Amino acid sequence: MKPNKLEDLIDKMLTRHNSESSHPLIPILQAIQQEQGYLSEESLRLVSEKTGASPSRVYGVATFYHQFRLKAEGAHRISICRGTACHVAGATDLYNTLIRELGITPPEDTSEDGLFTIHEVRCIGACSLAPVIKVDETVYGKMTPKKLRLILDQYREDEK
Amino acid sequence: MINPDDFLYGEDGIRINVGMSTCGQAAGANPVYRAFADAAEKQGVDAKVVNVGCIGACFAEPLVEITSYDKPGVLYSNVNPDDAEKILENYLMGKIEDAWAIREYSGAFTGELNLPVLSDLPYFKYQVQDAIENCGIIDPESIEEYIHSGGYKALEKALQMTPEEVIESVLKSGLRGRGGAGFPTGLKWKFTRPVPSDKKYVICNADEGDPGAFMNRLNAEGDPHKILEGLIIAAYAVGADEGFFFVRAEKPLMGERLKKAVHQAMRHGYLGDNILGSGFSFKAQVILSAGAFVCGEETALMAAIEGKRAMPTPRPPFPSTKGLWGKPTCINNVETLAHISKIITEGPEAFASVGSEKSKGTKVFCLTGAIERSGAVEVPLGTSLRTLIFDIGGGPHPGRSFKAVQTGGPSGGCLSEEHLDLPLDYESLQAAGSIMGSGGVVVMDDTSCTVDVAKFFLGFTTAESCGKCTPCRIGLKRMHEILDRITRGEGTIEDLELLKFMSKGIIDSSLCALGRSAPNPVLTTIKYFEDEYLAHINEKRCPAGVCEGLIKGYQVDQDACKSCGLCVKECPVKAITQVEPDKKAVIDPELCIKCGQCYSVCPFTAIKEVW
Repeated sequence: MKPNKLEDLIDKMLTRHNSESSHPLIPILQAIQQEQGYLSEESLRLVSEKTGASPSRVYGVATFYHQFRLKAEGAHRISICRGTACHVAGATDLYNTLIRELGITPPEDTSEDGLFTIHEVRCIGACSLAPVIKVDETVYGKMTPKKLRLILDQYREDEK
Repeated sequence: MINPDDFLYGEDGIRINVGMSTCGQAAGANPVYRAFADAAEKQGVDAKVVNVGCIGACFAEPLVEITSYDKPGVLYSNVNPDDAEKILENYLMGKIEDAWAIREYSGAFTGELNLPVLSDLPYFKYQVQDAIENCGIIDPESIEEYIHSGGYKALEKALQMTPEEVIESVLKSGLRGRGGAGFPTGLKWKFTRPVPSDKKYVICNADEGDPGAFMNRLNAEGDPHKILEGLIIAAYAVGADEGFFFVRAEKPLMGERLKKAVHQAMRHGYLGDNILGSGFSFKAQVILSAGAFVCGEETALMAAIEGKRAMPTPRPPFPSTKGLWGKPTCINNVETLAHISKIITEGPEAFASVGSEKSKGTKVFCLTGAIERSGAVEVPLGTSLRTLIFDIGGGPHPGRSFKAVQTGGPSGGCLSEEHLDLPLDYESLQAAGSIMGSGGVVVMDDTSCTVDVAKFFLGFTTAESCGKCTPCRIGLKRMHEILDRITRGEGTIEDLELLKFMSKGIIDSSLCALGRSAPNPVLTTIKYFEDEYLAHINEKRCPAGVCEGLIKGYQVDQDACKSCGLCVKECPVKAITQVEPDKKAVIDPELCIKCGQCYSVCPFTAIKEVW
């Protein structure tokens, strides 16, 4: 994201934030992440400047919450649910298949081709269809390692 | 055709409800919705196809209900988009034998008596729906439909009462917080009301972070106005003029629905200045939580709204006197607020007429895990675990046996068969070492290892600990390491005592409920499933076959192998080959990565673990 565009976004968020009763810091970070997919160091510094919150506070908040990430991510985000229902339904097998298929060694989370980034999420609330994964905004239920491979192939195919 | 309900139906008096909550969409409801819209157009029927929430029967999704203005609803389960045309065609001819259930018998359809009435199905028979009664029935994005179903009547009535009378009603109903702790809601309101302040807040905690619980999501996605109405009444009762919905960002549809509800209520005069001419003014907004389990703790949640890291602060002062920005604040859970409207319209006695002695009313439980019928059910408090798991949920899958049930999520405990007759109320669960929590019920069968589950929960709470208190931050991590050691076969008998000792320390010395309850899964599994721990420690064996670190490998029982080749296809590292002359499978131990996929796919249980 270009610096001036980033600045516009923060300004826009600050004016739009008309409530004195909630702090604008988290909504601004959410908006930036929505826009550029992650929070760059440059953007964190700019947020600090614009909001008056100290850099340490901005960094503290950005690293505290699960939603935020400080590294760029791949073209598709695969959120794999590691909640209880998914865990007992085989999410570990699914996770192992996923990192194997994508050739990822944790704590790395993005495949070398830049196509996929894995996100371990705690629960997306579709427990009755466990185990579930979400690719970008699409939720896939009752997953098996085999179904997972087919889905990955589909996304790879679409990228070609 | 003159009918007051006209707007609920299309021109031809037909309405097609498609369950499209997050769960429905994951089950494939989007193409089903399109297929029904197309089918109606193709067959020249002006039907209203509606995107509704979930009736709680997630196992039957995608779920479709067709109603006519003069006929009871007909429900279709596990609908495939390819069947839409046929279903609609048959329905229009009065033939409904392909349906799953009917709302009531009416004589309007041929052969309808062959279908069960929905409320007679075991899944619904024991339910008493209040909080989720409209979910999956009304259009959650239409305030008109909510009003038509009796919505905002409670607000009108409440505004004619004094705030004290409203509080008295809620107190009398015996309603207790549905988010976890079970604190009496009326009392919370009563404490906040008299505190003198120029500003007060109400907050709806919709940051549902407990894995295995999705009742708040289902409720707010399916009937957001009901929650909003509860929040407005809460604000009136405590004297607040501003409120928030604090919604988990991982459940985006819930936030969208609540946002829309706020806008609609604003336009209809249920929010804003001088609401319904009462002189009471209140505004509400939706805030997306960036995700932290510790936000279940009220003081942490308020820190998040203040733009800080969500870390709890000591209580007192309680939020009722010193909350958000130092002002008196009342925080209630989604489900708690969903009960308010009925308490006001039908009176506290009606609410208190169901439930048990100390736990009044109904509660939504999410049934998940190794269970036949999974979903959300609302039952009177005091219903037994057995009824919930076996009668409603249908018990474990065929061929499997019940082993354990985890109630209350990561802060709860793992209960065993001996607890099945325990009534589900706040006190009984606590006495057994678990908690009600938000109402997640995860069922485990003989393929789940309770040591692994305890380790799983500790992994969760370790990651979610905010880091403020040392016993929680470091103690949980150390406990997780011990459990990991046990699941790898490196545990010692002393580890069990050490785990118990550390649990006590963490429970006694943590500031908030996260740390104080995090050891529960460990303590209860040691208490009720000690044998399983001992098998890991003494025999280096995982009886459920889950702990990979203990499995030395897999081999094929040559007599049981039917040469189907399924395991060969499934093996991700090509470690299995079929050997001539009879093409039986053989696993190469050098290549095998012990992922266990062959073990789980083999239809003849011919693959055996080597310990």
